[in-house]
Amino acid sequence: MDEAKLRVRDLRKSFGSKVVLDGIDLDVAEHQLVCLIGSSGSGKSTLLRCVDLLEPIDSGSIWIDDEEITAPYVDPNAVRRRIGIVFQSYNLFPHMNVLDNVTLGPRRAHGIDRESAERRARELLERFGLADKVLVYPDQLSGGQQQRVAIVRALAAEPELLLLDEITAALDPELIAEVLDVIRDLKGQGLTMLLATHEMGFARDIADVVCFLDQGRILEQGPPSEIFSHPSEPRTRQFLERIIDAGRL
Amino acid sequence: MNSESPVSHGPPRLTGERGAGGIGHRWKELKVQDGARGALIAFFSTVVVFGVVTWVILSSSTWPAVRRQFFSVRHLREVWPAVWGGFALDVKMFIVAEVLILAFALLVAVIRSLRGPAFFPLRMLTIVYIDILRGIPLILLILILGFGVPALTLPGVPNDPVFWGVTALVISYSAYTSEVYRAGIESVHESQRSAARALGLTQWQALRFAILPQAVRNVVPALLNGLVSLQKDVALVSILGVREAVREAQIYNARTFNYTGLIAAAILFLIISVPAARFTDWYTARERRLRGGH
Repeated sequence: MDEAKLRVRDLRKSFGSKVVLDGIDLDVAEHQLVCLIGSSGSGKSTLLRCVDLLEPIDSGSIWIDDEEITAPYVDPNAVRRRIGIVFQSYNLFPHMNVLDNVTLGPRRAHGIDRESAERRARELLERFGLADKVLVYPDQLSGGQQQRVAIVRALAAEPELLLLDEITAALDPELIAEVLDVIRDLKGQGLTMLLATHEMGFARDIADVVCFLDQGRILEQGPPSEIFSHPSEPRTRQFLERIIDAGRL
Repeated sequence: MNSESPVSHGPPRLTGERGAGGIGHRWKELKVQDGARGALIAFFSTVVVFGVVTWVILSSSTWPAVRRQFFSVRHLREVWPAVWGGFALDVKMFIVAEVLILAFALLVAVIRSLRGPAFFPLRMLTIVYIDILRGIPLILLILILGFGVPALTLPGVPNDPVFWGVTALVISYSAYTSEVYRAGIESVHESQRSAARALGLTQWQALRFAILPQAVRNVVPALLNGLVSLQKDVALVSILGVREAVREAQIYNARTFNYTGLIAAAILFLIISVPAARFTDWYTARERRLRGGH
């Protein structure tokens, strides 16, 4: 585990008096896909936002390779340029077409010239079945298409680590598969990913490691076969039973 | 008038289809007739009301005096060149002021919405500026700057009343307009900022490329409203003795005791402000329709 891409150590975060992250320790090895599962409010999204430095943390540390990104002298913009994040609600820029959405980061944050940025964007959009949507505006796309554009936008600057925050939670059931296929594809490419999800079937199939979060702590983590078949913690068992009852696994 | 127009009465299809053919048909005819009758009533009542008002005015014993005072063709011919020339100056001052206001107010709004403790003094400065300038009557500001500053006779400081008049308009209107921009900035959802910052954009770039284009689009109607209001307030510069339309009309009035020049100036302002107000309404309605469509 010493070549971990991402290391989180004793991360704590509160909003007012509400403790959201209560001492998180987490490792994501290079090329691994780690799934965060747990009920709503267990801290999954906050953890991802903290890793991308979108939320200030209270204490603890986060490392990428051997660099502590939570150190005070670190430029957060430089860190964010190395990390991609995809949000539950897509958050595409409604006043820009798909191509401009995808090339904004590479052009403005990475200083890549327009031509190269657009060439790379078109390649990516084509690869994810969006070649005919290049000049379309987000509000003319389906939810699944918007989310795929958001993934392409996050990939455009070739991040070392991709964070995915409940990316299928806002989608109609028939659109979920097209987005999950993209993740499967990226996993095949060897991209390092940390994914918060409610799609237990997907997590079981694809994750290298599954972490169960409960009240701001990682209660249990291990390979999916272990977590889903022989959970050792009663809370994990309870959570999985509820999921099975709801027909989600 | 709308409720009486034939358009608002949809054809009563359900009744027509359900009831016996003849009755439904007759009912429909009646409704159409009713609509046409409504339009006729509206037309005649308009003619009658305005006819009566016109007749009352024209036949009143004071009308000839009113016409001489306010609507004299002879005086109009005489005063027109001066008022028209003055109005051109009004339009020039308006355009220069509006451009400066739109730019300066945006700058103030952006500074006010910057985050982080390092920007605290700048933020505070903009708040003080906005509070003070919004609290001072515009006419007072024009007097202070237009008469007060040149009275200092400082070397290198212009004493042109047009310059100080426009300056007063710009700093007063910018305080209001920056609040309009700020409302626009705050109307853009926080997640848009997150999305932009997540791409590695700086705070400034996130504003420039993600937030401001949406913010400005959201407040175009409010900005247009401010524009209509500024177009009239330009006339306040006349108190500095700037010979714009109102001043020219006043000068003529003082000489001849006839008010036709002031009416002429009023009409010139209306020629710009009424279409501008209609355009604002049209634009706002169109935006609402387009947004509602999604």
